[in-house]
Amino acid sequence: MRLKRPSIPYIAWMLVFTLVPIVLILYYSFTDRSGQLSLEAFSKAFGYTDVFLRSLWIAFISTLICLVLAYPVAYFMSRQKKSVQNFLTMLIMIPMWMNFLLRIYAWVTLLQNNGPIDTMLSFLGIHTQLLGNQNAVILGMVYEYLPFMVLPLYTVMSKIDFRLIEAASDLGANRIGVMRKVVFPLSIPGIISGITMVLVPSASTFLVAQYLGGTNDIMIGDVIDKIFWSDNHTGSAIALVLMAAIFIFLIILNLFGDEEAIAE
Amino acid sequence: MKQTKNDIIVSLKDIFVEFDGEVILNHINLDIRDKEFVTILGPSGCGKTTTLRIIGGFLEPKTGEVYFDGEKINGLPPHKRNVNTVFQKYSLFPHLNVFDNIAFGMRIKKVPKDEIKKRVKEMLAIVDLKGYEKRSVSKLSGGQQQRVAIARALVCDPKVLLLDEPLGALDLKLRKIMQSELKQIQQKTNTTFIYVTHDQEEALTMSDTVVVMNNGIIEQIGSPTDVYNEPVNAFVADFIGEANILNGVMIDDCRVRVLEEELECVDKGFGQNTPVDVVIRPEDIEVVKPEEAKLVGEVVDVVFKGVHYEMTVMCKGCEWIIHSTECSPVGTTIGMKVIPFNIQIMNKMFLDEKNTFYADVISSDKTENSITVRVEDSEFEIEGHYYEEGTKLAISIPPSGLSIAGDGVGHLDDVYIESVIFKGEHNEIILESDSQKWLMQSDVDEQVATYVPVKFDFAKAEFRVMEGENEA
Amino acid sequence: MKKLGKIYTALIMFFMYMPIIVLIIFSFNDGKTTVWKGFTLNWYRDLFKDEQIIGALWNTLAIAIIASVIATVIGTMAAIGINNFKGKKRLLIQNASNIEILSPDIVTGVSLMLMFTIAGVAFHFQMGFWTVLLAHITFCTPYVVLSVLPRIRHMDYSLYEAALDLGCNQWQAFRKVVIHELMPGIFTGFLMSFTYSLDDFVITYFTRGATFQTLSVQIYTMTHQRISPKINALSALMFVAVIILMLIINIKDRREEKEQEQKVRI
Repeated sequence: MRLKRPSIPYIAWMLVFTLVPIVLILYYSFTDRSGQLSLEAFSKAFGYTDVFLRSLWIAFISTLICLVLAYPVAYFMSRQKKSVQNFLTMLIMIPMWMNFLLRIYAWVTLLQNNGPIDTMLSFLGIHTQLLGNQNAVILGMVYEYLPFMVLPLYTVMSKIDFRLIEAASDLGANRIGVMRKVVFPLSIPGIISGITMVLVPSASTFLVAQYLGGTNDIMIGDVIDKIFWSDNHTGSAIALVLMAAIFIFLIILNLFGDEEAIAE
Repeated sequence: MKQTKNDIIVSLKDIFVEFDGEVILNHINLDIRDKEFVTILGPSGCGKTTTLRIIGGFLEPKTGEVYFDGEKINGLPPHKRNVNTVFQKYSLFPHLNVFDNIAFGMRIKKVPKDEIKKRVKEMLAIVDLKGYEKRSVSKLSGGQQQRVAIARALVCDPKVLLLDEPLGALDLKLRKIMQSELKQIQQKTNTTFIYVTHDQEEALTMSDTVVVMNNGIIEQIGSPTDVYNEPVNAFVADFIGEANILNGVMIDDCRVRVLEEELECVDKGFGQNTPVDVVIRPEDIEVVKPEEAKLVGEVVDVVFKGVHYEMTVMCKGCEWIIHSTECSPVGTTIGMKVIPFNIQIMNKMFLDEKNTFYADVISSDKTENSITVRVEDSEFEIEGHYYEEGTKLAISIPPSGLSIAGDGVGHLDDVYIESVIFKGEHNEIILESDSQKWLMQSDVDEQVATYVPVKFDFAKAEFRVMEGENEA
Repeated sequence: MKKLGKIYTALIMFFMYMPIIVLIIFSFNDGKTTVWKGFTLNWYRDLFKDEQIIGALWNTLAIAIIASVIATVIGTMAAIGINNFKGKKRLLIQNASNIEILSPDIVTGVSLMLMFTIAGVAFHFQMGFWTVLLAHITFCTPYVVLSVLPRIRHMDYSLYEAALDLGCNQWQAFRKVVIHELMPGIFTGFLMSFTYSLDDFVITYFTRGATFQTLSVQIYTMTHQRISPKINALSALMFVAVIILMLIINIKDRREEKEQEQKVRI
């Protein structure tokens, strides 16, 4: 029990299957087809700046919508009886465990021309193209990742001692005051892990835009997928930039979180 | 009790243990006789649990030898030692029921099934848990869990059973019951018990031998009567039972001066005019009329304790505790009489009351009349004194010139509180810094075995310049 | 206010479940479009006849079971070892472990593909079952470490010492006592590995080579080509499977909670 040795297989595994691939990505990013040191891959990757920024933008909007939608749900869940809490947690988790392609596909079915929603809207005299635009992509993302926002928020909120809220009310805080001064600060760790869990996968996702968006809505994940089969170098460079961006973002987010904790 | 060399079952020789530079056991020697109930008693952090873990094989001493039944067992893993332990939190295996918990050790040793059944049954009878075989251990009460833990250890038939504060988690009433049961179990099974506790009463009621520890050393070993009646120093007197401990001066053999009164005692050989600690147990003070006694005081508080009254008496600025079956109401003036035999004289634990320490002057300022000195690892400024840079100073401060920095900023940081003893007027606190010990006077009850920042009052200090050749 | 919360939560639940329910309804539709043409079970029959899908299902299960078992063993051992590291070294290992969890699936996928392609050329092998298995073990193990580590940290260390005291050597003490204490964490880690492995598409997609199919890759192929109500039937079945799995876990959790409560009461 006091041995460090049992971790050797895992450390070895990480070296081979995590470190080596990352080193390869680095190597391919900084070389060209002839194996020469070169920044060509990055200059090619630069051509996808607009896609990259759009992906981040879509991810950001989706995360924000998820947060706004999830926060009241998490709060509501955390204030229920234990048995109801467990039941609601289960309800939130079930869709999460369905295959993600099937969930996206479900929206394709729902939104397609002459699909259920289109038919209903037609009755009301509204005729629009529901699929193939950025809004549909954002809708798909929100649907995909909403549970990932609800669960961490709920976990943190369910640990808030609600006597604190009573104490705050007792001290004359009104409902909004209680939310702002007590619930919100205490739920910040949940918000941070929720944002992490939604933003990282949504910024890097692929296929969602292919299914729900138009030809102009493809995201950086789709670009990596397309390019990698033909040009490892440019693909690696884009993947590297994406990973770097995400890690920088996570570090900033966590610094922010730490400061909040210190300010408490 | 006969004491032959063969009687010794466990023997610790010159055991030294340190963690991260902190000394836990400071070269202790301890012999434990077979079939005895031995209690290691001491405040938390004194090294008693560490001693137990060394015997159990969970910890290797840095230096020193451990002998078991005459054989050196250093390095022998726990499972190869004929010693079993009852842990502080019982440590019953939650996934096993009572029977399986007790049978655990025998199953490891591949004892035949029938034998296991028989012995578990016997053991359950001894610990008074007949018919509990199938119960889940998590559904037992604290006292029952305790008994299972004892049964589980004893069923392995160890020569020595180690018990690490096993009654600590129980409430008072249950603790009393378990104390007498433990003693009975020890006698029934005829096993050596080494029992660790910080509860002096527990130690006195159960043990054949009490080992009093403090700060990684053994202060005293003896029978409960011995350590109670003949404590070797103020610490032991203070820790075991209640005691009035006062500063005194030995005038001559059998004569001691306490609070400016000369009292007769029976101790000899301290020399003339030697400062000593004087210990008088509260129940040894006889309440008499004021004119019949040398020591006279006023009763300031009375508490009824069931068997006796506990009275607090102010006598010449000192608080005295008296236990008496007769009550003298608050406000009355009484005389206090103690027969010579009941006045115990002991050497001071700490002789140097001057707290002399050495400081290097690292810079000095003539206009400001101040110097900056280095003492141990700290540097600080002293105002109102001037010495040239590079001077080596010996500074002496009386115990009243030391204080614990309430604001956390002291001249010396992380000073260890070794002991706190109430001396009627003040607490006498022994401190230990990196290079020396200090005596401090304080009216506050400080927590023993903690680290605190210490401040000096240089107005009370004496400065002396060290001569060149004395420099180390 | 309470009512508002209820209505709002109900609306969110409706949003979450409506698409799945619509799929399930259409899986019984006797027609290929989203216009209701009458009840049928034909799509389910077709689904079970589709050898590709059934084959993919077996592959998925095989990968998930093998990967999660291996990940659980490596991860549990790793957690025990990591717990004994101190300070910076420990932080380094834990952070390295978290990189795998935090880095985007697509990056993990393409980087492993890159490595497997190069290794494949060097050692003459094609990507397929084995590469997918290795990839799955890689992304599953950190989750096991993550769920076992807190159990070790909170374990009462004296239980282990008690086992040694009663005559166990280190390995026996681990097998007979420690593992029981870590079991809830190990089980959670196993379950996470199993479900993430079942659910994974991205990493499998990049490491599977040309022919190896799992269920999610199969779904990708099917949804990419044209809409087939067989997918609806598959969705319905998977939905039922997920619900059953959730119920099992939930019952297990309840039981554990009850035991915990009983302990607290004493």
